[in-house]
Amino acid sequence: MQDLTEPILELVRLTSTDLPADVEQALRQAVEREAPGSAARGALETILKNVALSRANSTPICQDTGTPLFYVRHPAGWSTRSLRAQIESAVAQATAHAYLRPNSVDSLSGKNSGNNLGGHYFPTIHFEEVEGEALVIELMLKGGGCENVGAQYSLPHSQLGAGRDLAGVRKVVLDAVHQAQGQGCAPGILGVAIGGDRGSSYYASKEALLRKLDEPNPDESLAALEARLTQEANQLGIGPMGFGGETTVLDAKITHLNRLPASYFVSVSYMCWAYRRRKMVWKDGQVSYS
Amino acid sequence: MRSVQIPISDETIRSLEVGEPVALSGVMITGRDAAHKWMVDTFIKKTRQPEGDDQQVYAALKPILAGGVIYHCGPVVAGLDTKDYRFVAAGPTTSSREEPYQGDVMRHFNVKGVIGKGGMGPKTLAACQEAPGAYLHAIGGAASLIAQSVKRVLGVHKLDFGVPEAMWVIEVQDFPVVVTMDAHGRSQHAVIEAQSKSALEKLLAA
Repeated sequence: MQDLTEPILELVRLTSTDLPADVEQALRQAVEREAPGSAARGALETILKNVALSRANSTPICQDTGTPLFYVRHPAGWSTRSLRAQIESAVAQATAHAYLRPNSVDSLSGKNSGNNLGGHYFPTIHFEEVEGEALVIELMLKGGGCENVGAQYSLPHSQLGAGRDLAGVRKVVLDAVHQAQGQGCAPGILGVAIGGDRGSSYYASKEALLRKLDEPNPDESLAALEARLTQEANQLGIGPMGFGGETTVLDAKITHLNRLPASYFVSVSYMCWAYRRRKMVWKDGQVSYS
Repeated sequence: MRSVQIPISDETIRSLEVGEPVALSGVMITGRDAAHKWMVDTFIKKTRQPEGDDQQVYAALKPILAGGVIYHCGPVVAGLDTKDYRFVAAGPTTSSREEPYQGDVMRHFNVKGVIGKGGMGPKTLAACQEAPGAYLHAIGGAASLIAQSVKRVLGVHKLDFGVPEAMWVIEVQDFPVVVTMDAHGRSQHAVIEAQSKSALEKLLAA
């Protein structure tokens, strides 16, 4: 088996320092919607300057390099134990290179491990065996500020008047955006999962964020809800950084999973504007990144 | 953009108004969750006894914080092995987590400016009126850009809290912020919260 530590280190560097083109494009469009001279426009202009600077200097876009979430899809025959060791080694090296901030804290002692390792869940790695020859590793860095404003609702929700249908989903998601205000570093991107249990629902809400901004939802009703939620969330007027303005969210990504008859969860993972996610494909000894 | 030098006088801080962009220069210190809890528990509410270097750090903090600025930030720092520290990425962290502590810290140390993101609540707003002080909003996530306004790292306290939670003493030049809570009881965050709540209610009723 190949040692992928070096290519994975490059994946981490790229993810932390180089914002994906679709996200940067959405931010550029957002600038044009804000009034000249407004705090909202100033915030977005600063954000874009920072994106360019981080890319040029290979420094983290945001100092909170977040929870490293790895999604590994591997052909048959790969050892996930060995891949985990390589990912952990790459993460520790990335921390030493200051591409990542040491972010892994023991919840009981309060001690920071200093290298972004610690226990079975830091970094978080999801493995799935897939058909074909290519090994694909996707990495998302999700900061704590936006993770803290994520929310999960159990429907029906009488206070919000939200029943167990897409109309109810719309209401609770708008509530989550309002609760978040600017604290999740608006303009955000909403990852929404309908159904599942509490754990699988949150998991799916993050996985939904792997879809590119310009990639439409294959389900027509969900595609319509994504567009409506984006438009209505922006009517809340929270704006970039919560300064007020036209752009509160850049997009919404909705997925659904089966649920128990008794349960109807809606989970919202709020992603900050620094929407750091990159993909690495390893095939026939060749690596490519997107 | 208006330039403000640290330490900041009461007169200057009272003259700042919500919505005003400001460029800060001088010496400030970072402090976030662990630091605020430590300051309040050890020296303000005194629910724990000082131990280790606590008293020395307290003595070092007092002159920096008097008329000074505390920055809610957990930076990415290069040069950890050689102690030739350099800020690589240093944007603000969410300030609301310090809401239980901030007002007491401002009064105790005579802090004039609190930098962070996302705004703070009524306890801090009241302290801004009393101290007087102001809440200064930096752009969340603009970490590489903000790090460029950090000219030198002068020292670090409580590195055992971990790199993000340690208290870094930094010299800054033209550090960009926007005043979002002022010494006159005005909060941009309270205004946006109220406006967006009424917009939400309309959407939910539709």
